[in-house]
Amino acid sequence: MNIFYHIGGYFLLMKSLFTKPEKISVYWDRTLDEIIALGIKSLGIVVIMSFFMGSVLVIQTATAIDSPLIPRYTVGFTLKQSIILEFSPTIMSLILAGKIGSNIASELGTMRVTEQIDALEIMGVNSAGYLISPKIIGLMMIFPIVVIFSMFFGFLGGGFIAYTTDLVSIEDFLFGIRVFSGDNGFMIFYALFKSIVFAFIITSVSSYFGYNARGGALEVGKASTDAVVYSSIIILFSNVLITQLLLIP
Amino acid sequence: MIEIKNISKSFNGVQILHDVSCVFETGKTNLIIGQSGSGKSVLTKCIVGLIEPDTGEVLYDGRNFLALKKKEKKEIRKEIGMLFQGSALFDSLTVVENVMFPLKMFSNMTKKEMLERANFCLERVNIIGKNDLYPAETSGGMQKRIAIARAIVMNPKYLFCDEPNSGLDPVTSILIDNLIKDLTEEYDMTTIVITHDMNSVLEIGDNIMFLNQGHNHWTGNKETILTTDNKEVNDFVYVSKFLKQIKNKIKND
Repeated sequence: MNIFYHIGGYFLLMKSLFTKPEKISVYWDRTLDEIIALGIKSLGIVVIMSFFMGSVLVIQTATAIDSPLIPRYTVGFTLKQSIILEFSPTIMSLILAGKIGSNIASELGTMRVTEQIDALEIMGVNSAGYLISPKIIGLMMIFPIVVIFSMFFGFLGGGFIAYTTDLVSIEDFLFGIRVFSGDNGFMIFYALFKSIVFAFIITSVSSYFGYNARGGALEVGKASTDAVVYSSIIILFSNVLITQLLLIP
Repeated sequence: MIEIKNISKSFNGVQILHDVSCVFETGKTNLIIGQSGSGKSVLTKCIVGLIEPDTGEVLYDGRNFLALKKKEKKEIRKEIGMLFQGSALFDSLTVVENVMFPLKMFSNMTKKEMLERANFCLERVNIIGKNDLYPAETSGGMQKRIAIARAIVMNPKYLFCDEPNSGLDPVTSILIDNLIKDLTEEYDMTTIVITHDMNSVLEIGDNIMFLNQGHNHWTGNKETILTTDNKEVNDFVYVSKFLKQIKNKIKND
């Protein structure tokens, strides 16, 4: 019953977002603020994680290939497939579900328990629309760019290992990145499509838990934890669904 | 004028409000008093529409709030200013941005005009030179006054104050009480104050409703509350030995 209660509550909250904004200029300013707060301010962690993940993927693939029958460019090819198809859109979303999801849930939860959301309602502001819509739209706009950054720095990390070690030559690495490039366009579309869906999941699910927090600090903490847990589970479930729909002919 | 008729509300089978009816007059400070758990906050939330009562009517100058459409309710809400117990200032906005917020959302003023209006309201509540501070950087008393400035910035017809002096020292409490009373008379608002602070009751109680276990148990004003024979009201008002001595003195005089 509890799960149906949450599903119903989630869709009712989403429905309440589709109302005419009180003032479009205010909502647009809020969206720009959220783009900076949720997206631009996440770039640091995305760059660091992607660079090191790219480096580790190259080291692991290169050391795992011990047969001379497997060409060395496989290292670059494997990195490309891993980064574009899974790491940048999915794993990065899971990591950011922790950072952004807990941030949103605790922010909205605190606003709820300190009556700031009630204050908005009393003023006649659609509190859900004002607080949540800019977060969803903002992250859906910026997240594909964050994912492209992640891909770029993932490749850079791999290239750094190829350049500074003798595990694989930089020529083989770059050839591996470029080889079988016919599907690249579709792969990038698939990755960016996933990133937009995951951005919606992270912001909407976290907002639901934060917005409906009741009580005090303990409940805000629980809302924050639930936001991360449920966002991650739904991302993983959607990942399977989208992959089945788009990649299996 | 706000009139409530037969408001009842229960949560999970527990009846919190029982057929509460009352009239709150314009230009006067109307107090709702009662012990903790008597249903004061629930009643206020029912009046402002944050909670829907099970039965009853809430009339804002004759307009039945509960029967209105969502859009019409929104219009009435623009005429309401509310001071919350914890001030409920927006943490992410500065003092002046907090006060300008309703103007930004609902008026067509230029930024300069909004700033002038916000500064006027802040000066009215004696907050000067604090525009760029964040709420967390101000004291509890200042936060209350900033919240009052935000509540009056749109020239509301109705002002609600939920325990305006909780957590404040007696001197600041009296300042806040007098500010609410002065603003009510100045702007001819219908003001409803929820409190269990006897200083407030005696200072600003033009009309008083005593809520006891969810019932409108007694109505009167700051003069009649001292002389009433109602047992429950006396138990609430004359709770300390000192006040009981005062009551005896009043009786003897």
